[in-house]
Amino acid sequence: MKYTKRFDKRKFDQLREMEAKVGVVKRADGSALFRIGKTIAIAAVYGPRALHPSHLRNPEKGILRCNYNMMSFSGSGERIRPGPSRRSKEINLIIQKALLPVLDLSPFPNTVVDIFIELTQTDSGTRCAGITAAALALADSGLPMTDLVASVSVGTVGDKVVVDLTKEEEDFEGGATDIPVAITPRNGKITLLQLDGNITKEDLKKALELAKKTCKEIHTLQVKALKEKYGGDKK
Amino acid sequence: MTLLIKDKDIVVPGEILAKGMDHLPAQGTSRENENIIALQLGLANINGRLIKVIALSGKYVPKFGDMVIGKIINITFSSWIVDVGYAYEANLSMKEATSDFIERGADLSQYFDYGDIITTKIVNVNKQKAIDLTMKGPGLRKLKGGRIIQVTPSKVPRIIGKQGSMISIVKEATNCQIIVGQNGRVWIQGEDPKKVRLAEEAIRKIDKESHKDGLTDEISRSLKEKKK
Repeated sequence: MKYTKRFDKRKFDQLREMEAKVGVVKRADGSALFRIGKTIAIAAVYGPRALHPSHLRNPEKGILRCNYNMMSFSGSGERIRPGPSRRSKEINLIIQKALLPVLDLSPFPNTVVDIFIELTQTDSGTRCAGITAAALALADSGLPMTDLVASVSVGTVGDKVVVDLTKEEEDFEGGATDIPVAITPRNGKITLLQLDGNITKEDLKKALELAKKTCKEIHTLQVKALKEKYGGDKK
Repeated sequence: MTLLIKDKDIVVPGEILAKGMDHLPAQGTSRENENIIALQLGLANINGRLIKVIALSGKYVPKFGDMVIGKIINITFSSWIVDVGYAYEANLSMKEATSDFIERGADLSQYFDYGDIITTKIVNVNKQKAIDLTMKGPGLRKLKGGRIIQVTPSKVPRIIGKQGSMISIVKEATNCQIIVGQNGRVWIQGEDPKKVRLAEEAIRKIDKESHKDGLTDEISRSLKEKKK
């Protein structure tokens, strides 16, 4: 089925309007807010701190624990019931795996770094917004990182390869495939790639190229938000 | 071959600071192939060929030789357990706590009791970050009275200043006794509550604006103004 014009009048390779802010949760060690379109993610980092239960402790390096939560009033309520679920448990794991490649926790043995990601408002791309916010919060907390992580969803809607799908597009009657991707912007390595749905090899390649390109835009915003907390760039 | 940043620029993790082999990575940076990249959010500092990043945030990581302010949280058979602001507690053994002879089974709380605040020094940190403390050394004692504020540990050098320039300005202007622990705990004691408040405000300002230029002058100016 043909998809000629996006529902929200964007170009096929255009992201939704974005906003990023660092240091939004006062009591956290690091925090950030990331908004993309109608999806809002707030991430707070606590730690390194003592880890309980203690059998999870790793004497060689610290561990990362993620907590993804759609707030009870978020979402349209049609498909996903907000709150703890099998789905959110899976997302906790994939967020942890998406962030660990850039994070060095070896100076903090036996400890845990907790990330809490709360979504106050959701319109698809929540795990991507969560990862983008979490990377900002980790950088804000001062932990050693080799890079940031930027994340976006790409996919096909009808016959078109598009970036940053909305809920409306995911539910497109002609079929849609949603692929969340997380990328380390400096060297373009992929730390998250999930795909359930149908896509041709050519379209997948196109979609990943698109993800790499648009993640650079998200990264630019991330850098700007981090620098703004300390009065911006002097250049 | 090229330096991509200026001294005192704010850099973010993953930012390429310099290309080529002309520069050397120091604290807060690392080399990746030809590039030197930043590992932390902070201020770039270029010192000859060395490039380092001074972190603007982050938790306290205990180091050998650090003077810290701790709180006694538990007493065991032969030692005190002290909270020094790290994820795990530190250990102050009987031998390191006092030169007095302590009889077997004596009540250790007569030396340090629960909730006592002490200035102490880290004598050992092992690979698992188990911390040993000592009370033997100049200025290491139990603190009585005063108040404690928490600042960002990475900004402690800025609060102290070069050869203690910054902290002595605050001390002189407010007539307060101030002790700055490497773990970011600052103890302030003074006769006049108003002046204690002034000292606290000044230290919080340094903590918040540590990345700005000419802060020492600004602090001394604002303290003089408020004193009037």
